[in-house]
Amino acid sequence: MKPYDLVIIGGGAAGLAALKGAYDEKLKILLIERDKTLGGILKQCIHNGFGLHHYKEELTGPEYAERGVNEVLGLNVDIITDTTVIDVLKENGTFELKVINTKKGEHSIHSTSVIISSGCYERTRGAIQLPGDRPAGIMPAGSAQRYLNMEGYMVGKKVFILGSGDIGLIMARRMKLEGAEVLGVAELMPHSNGLTRNIVQCLHDFDIPLFLSHTISDIKGKDVLESITISEVDENFEYIDGTEKSFDVDTLLLSVGLIPDINMFDSLKFDVSKKTGGAIVDQTYQTSVEGLFACGNALHVHDLVDFVTEESTKAGEQAKAYILNNKKRSNNMISVTPSSNVSYLLPQTLDMDDEFEDVILSLRTTTNAMSGKFHIYQGENLLFTKKAKFVVPAEMEKLTIKKEMLKYKGPITVQFEVVNV
Amino acid sequence: MKKDMICIVCPVGCHVSIDKESHEVTGNKCKRGERYAQKELLNPTRMVTSTVSINSIHQRRIPVKTTDAIPKDKIFDLMDMLESVRLEVPFKMNDVVIDNVFDTGVDIVATMSLEE
Repeated sequence: MKPYDLVIIGGGAAGLAALKGAYDEKLKILLIERDKTLGGILKQCIHNGFGLHHYKEELTGPEYAERGVNEVLGLNVDIITDTTVIDVLKENGTFELKVINTKKGEHSIHSTSVIISSGCYERTRGAIQLPGDRPAGIMPAGSAQRYLNMEGYMVGKKVFILGSGDIGLIMARRMKLEGAEVLGVAELMPHSNGLTRNIVQCLHDFDIPLFLSHTISDIKGKDVLESITISEVDENFEYIDGTEKSFDVDTLLLSVGLIPDINMFDSLKFDVSKKTGGAIVDQTYQTSVEGLFACGNALHVHDLVDFVTEESTKAGEQAKAYILNNKKRSNNMISVTPSSNVSYLLPQTLDMDDEFEDVILSLRTTTNAMSGKFHIYQGENLLFTKKAKFVVPAEMEKLTIKKEMLKYKGPITVQFEVVNV
Repeated sequence: MKKDMICIVCPVGCHVSIDKESHEVTGNKCKRGERYAQKELLNPTRMVTSTVSINSIHQRRIPVKTTDAIPKDKIFDLMDMLESVRLEVPFKMNDVVIDNVFDTGVDIVATMSLEE
């Protein structure tokens, strides 16, 4: 069989947008999705607040997903669902994808380029080393969200939540609405990572207490969870004696972080960022392996799906240009690195031979600021400064660099100056 | 008596306080905060999203939403009402599940299409 020009791995918000961006009548394209239907994690995110940037209206997750699916239906591409990619290799310039499904068992698919749009996975109890017994009833909040919103299982009646990111807050309200008692949300940091709107509408509306600077110090339960204890922590995140509070609960939901889900690409050995957990890419979203592109939460965890769509559409367009123009990677690369008060940014490299006009940097700061300034340098030279308001680490910031600005030599660095905390 | 709240109109998130008798608002940095606090005291409303039962081969629940915000004190009554709903496929996004809920003029509609 003739190899595909492009295989897109993952049919959620990122994969759907990448497909739309990459589509061209001349290309033979395949999209692989592991679930039975397209749409990805949006299908279980039944709350609203999606789409304000991309569609200019407020949608629920399933509505956003369905619009994305409808936009690619009718395109002349292959789509296979209920199929998992287990390994990807590259030999003689061609990717070999080992995939598995219940119809054909394990088999191989070949392609000249690949887009990674496989999303992210949740950190589990094991990843954060919670102390105590190991009973049933402790699960990531997103898993509970799928059980409840799609599969119709109520995961517990007396619930506590660790982590005050938006998924934790949304699930606190959701469990309460479905009749559970939600005894509280504990957050290790002195501030919540969730949107203020979610603090107000998910916690305050239902009198659910938020324990800042607290974490779990004990878990009890023989077979199923019986109780948890939380303790206040000091500035070094050590438990403070005498601050213990216990809660009798049958369920502990964890909202403690997301990690790009790229383990199935390990054999390709591309460069991975320690900060994002995703691939290191250039401005075309190409990884260190030629012909391999990455976007969406598999590249870095986003807070807004609208930005996933924007980024993944571009990644798709770049993959299309790569195939149609038979582009080769140049050796004229410069690095883009975070400096003071910036935790990460991407793309991490710029291919200076590429015919680009604007590069949009996506970045997060390490600190909150009511107002501040981003300073962008090339070598020692200040390229420009941009003011920003209401900056928080939980919300991604964007900066645009134009190619004509890059008249100096050397790497680019970005720093953030806090003007007003 | 005063009621404290956080204004969610913009990212500043002012901690505002409203007097329950005079409806005088303090702590707000702009006029929108005053309107937010008064609405939250006199007639708080919320969009509600949830799920109802459906006989689809893909999933046992179909997501639904209110087409507009409903009074906050009706949220749990609505949840009770959704409990007894049983839908059958095919059901389409925006199809009405319950119309004019509690005489508010607000409908409950599906937010996903399930063909089978």
